[in-house]
Amino acid sequence: MSEFHLYMAQRLSALVMAPFVIVHIGVMIYAIQGGLSAAEILGRTQGSAFWFAFYGLFVVAVSIHATIGLRTILGEWAGLRGGARDAVSAVIGLGLLALGAQAVWAVTA
Amino acid sequence: MPERDHLTVTVQRGGPGAPMRPQTFEVPAYDNQTVLDVVSWIQQNADPTLTYRFACRVGMCGSCAMMVNGVPRWTCRTHVSKVLDGNAIEVGPLRNLPVIKDLAADMDPFFDKWVSAEGMHHPTRTRDDAIEPIDPVTMERQEANAGIECINCSVCYSACDTVAGNPDYLGPAALQRAWTLYNDAKDANKDAILDAVSGKGGCHSCHSMGSCTTYCPNELDPLSAILGLKRATAKRFFGGRK
Repeated sequence: MSEFHLYMAQRLSALVMAPFVIVHIGVMIYAIQGGLSAAEILGRTQGSAFWFAFYGLFVVAVSIHATIGLRTILGEWAGLRGGARDAVSAVIGLGLLALGAQAVWAVTA
Repeated sequence: MPERDHLTVTVQRGGPGAPMRPQTFEVPAYDNQTVLDVVSWIQQNADPTLTYRFACRVGMCGSCAMMVNGVPRWTCRTHVSKVLDGNAIEVGPLRNLPVIKDLAADMDPFFDKWVSAEGMHHPTRTRDDAIEPIDPVTMERQEANAGIECINCSVCYSACDTVAGNPDYLGPAALQRAWTLYNDAKDANKDAILDAVSGKGGCHSCHSMGSCTTYCPNELDPLSAILGLKRATAKRFFGGRK
């Protein structure tokens, strides 16, 4: 994947994330009015195809976006080059995806 | 401003094989004095082995840029009174470039990147054709005009923190050159330009920090040129044409 394609993937994933972030924060502020328990959250999310799709796509977009950004930081700040930089970035990206996917599955399955 | 007889000038000396070290000189102060005047006084009166570079002395050739008190400047058009820190100035070679000796930086990487950014003319006609008339009021021509007064002094390249962190990055001057050619009606290969600035170290590496535009002594705006290239490459990606 060329630098340009990574650039486009990062911008497009940001575009996808923007409404997700707004809804995520908006719902959190709305939902905690009058207290909130884990049981109440799970009651809304478990078995919900909407929240599965919402947070599933969110996690994919975050994994792409953050990995490309961290790859740049690893190059410019940590001095990693070439294959080492790509390998470390890929491990971080797959880790983010695995952790996120596990969380989405845990609250929506 | 208090009257002063002398300035305390610290000059970075050294080069390959000799680590940089500061050397301090007392230089006579005058009412009208540029940083280049000060460096020349040292070379002519105190230490003839001091190496530095200049040519035109009037801000046209782009040879005399140096770091002055940690900031890249064209020294021939920088008055001492404007940059004096107390009674002292520190002068060093341009940042982000190898040092040849003392204040002379090796400009090769800077100019090599102009070529890498496809900063070269791709003619639309041959010498046998009539000269193409250019409409000066088109948006494209005005975009090109905004960048063509670059004197290749490398001040923007030295000011750029992205160049400091990413040695592959083509830098503001080369990318601005590419943008002027991209907007030039007489350039026949816009795709080659966009390809060149889309690769490793191309315009997409820019973090839009804007030091290039802040420090350009000719008050050009390389940052906007780089943003223009990003827009043009994204437009091409989605199938749009100029």
